[in-house]
Amino acid sequence: MSAVLDLVLGFLAHIGRATLAGLAGIGRVAIFAAGTVSHLARPPFYWREFGHALMQIGWLSLPVVGMTALFTGGALALQIYAGGARFNAETVVPSIVAIGLTRELGPVLGGLMVAARVASSIAAEIGTMKVTEQIDALITLSTNPMKYLTLPRVLAATLAVPVLVGVGDVIGIMGGFLVGVGRLDFGPATYLHNTIDFLEPWDIISGLIKGAVFGFIVALMGCYHGMTSRGGAQGVGRATKTAVVAASVLILASNYILTEVFFSA
Amino acid sequence: MIELRDVHKSFGDLRVLRGVNLTVETGSSMVIIGGSGTGKSVILKCILGLLRPDAGSILLDGTDMATGDRDAFLARFGMLFQGGALFDSLPVWQNVAFRLLRGTLKRPKPEAREIAIEKLRRVGLEPEVADKFPAELSGGMQKRVGLARAIAAAPEIIFFDEPTTGLDPIMAGVINELIREIVVEMGATAITITHDMTSVRAISDHVAMLHDGQIKWTGPVAEMDASGDPYLDQFIHGRATGPIEAVR
Repeated sequence: MSAVLDLVLGFLAHIGRATLAGLAGIGRVAIFAAGTVSHLARPPFYWREFGHALMQIGWLSLPVVGMTALFTGGALALQIYAGGARFNAETVVPSIVAIGLTRELGPVLGGLMVAARVASSIAAEIGTMKVTEQIDALITLSTNPMKYLTLPRVLAATLAVPVLVGVGDVIGIMGGFLVGVGRLDFGPATYLHNTIDFLEPWDIISGLIKGAVFGFIVALMGCYHGMTSRGGAQGVGRATKTAVVAASVLILASNYILTEVFFSA
Repeated sequence: MIELRDVHKSFGDLRVLRGVNLTVETGSSMVIIGGSGTGKSVILKCILGLLRPDAGSILLDGTDMATGDRDAFLARFGMLFQGGALFDSLPVWQNVAFRLLRGTLKRPKPEAREIAIEKLRRVGLEPEVADKFPAELSGGMQKRVGLARAIAAAPEIIFFDEPTTGLDPIMAGVINELIREIVVEMGATAITITHDMTSVRAISDHVAMLHDGQIKWTGPVAEMDASGDPYLDQFIHGRATGPIEAVR
């Protein structure tokens, strides 16, 4: 009997320890995020690093986000056409493609692609700086690593990802248009007409807000896991992997929360 | 003057510093020796504020370093890191002039570049090196660039963390000479940590032996060989037997 009790208590203790560790992790990330944001109001601001981050995160992510949006738009048009045919509702293809992309798939897939490309790159770069004492060197050179490394990247991602999402929306709708006109026999004018008529400003704005939140999450995860990496090359590898996984999961979780907030009846 | 008073630092259950007391006089060159993993780097990181001591105090000219303006305090320091710790993304001259391109010591870019090239020349590197990236340099050249960066803003206090590790004996000798010359020329206070006895004799005015988280012996380098301290004797002669266990 006591052996069973020990087993149950051990199991509960394990859950308790894991819960406490999880809460402590959330607390550390929250403090890191608050520290990053607080530096916005405190000079200096490193414009050169911000510009560089904007280029790396925004401009250089455009091809991968664009390609993702293009193929997703095309595939979405095919799927909706096939599904809509069951209810004789093929004409909804343009509007559903547009709404699906702007509200949901554009920001989520764009965010995930940026997470794969940017969170990993940031975590690897900052993690390498950490294990090679470059972060310590920054501090001894009177430069705050949060200001110099984290804030420019987080701000750049928060501003760049909505722009990427906006461009991705246009490219994705274009993908749907190409498939709709080329494969599904829609007239070009009808397709565009249906797209524009049914799309509301909030569909686009909500997606852009999601993009900003996802951009913040991606850069924050990259910076946090990079800054907390330890143990040489293995530690940097672990930080990189964890940054991508954490950013992806947080993007999907926050997407649900934002969707509830924006669209729940 | 830098004073460490009963400084303790632990990492989890591992007690690295167990009451370190050490005084480094202004303008003198102190070398801290001791085996690998004895906490030499931890002492430097505690002084710089990169690590916070669990107990004890560290004073700079009588002022507790835990209080006061941290930026002003750091502006008085320069540090050569063990691996150089050069910023990969910046060309050599911007590494050297890092402090002169931002913050309170900011200078116009051309002037900062000029100072960087002058400092590179001081450590024996040609101006052509200025526009290369750290990855394009050999280990010895990276150490010299790190040295140039440490002295670029003419600090009052310079730390050298294992300055000759990974270098061939000739390059190690060159770095030792450079450190000695620069410290004397600048009149700076220097703390070097190393386990290279050639460096100790070339660089130091005073030596401190760290073992088991405490300073076991400290004194002028001239008295080191006749100290009679069993820990120091075993260390400087590299004996496998003695009070220091060979396997740690």
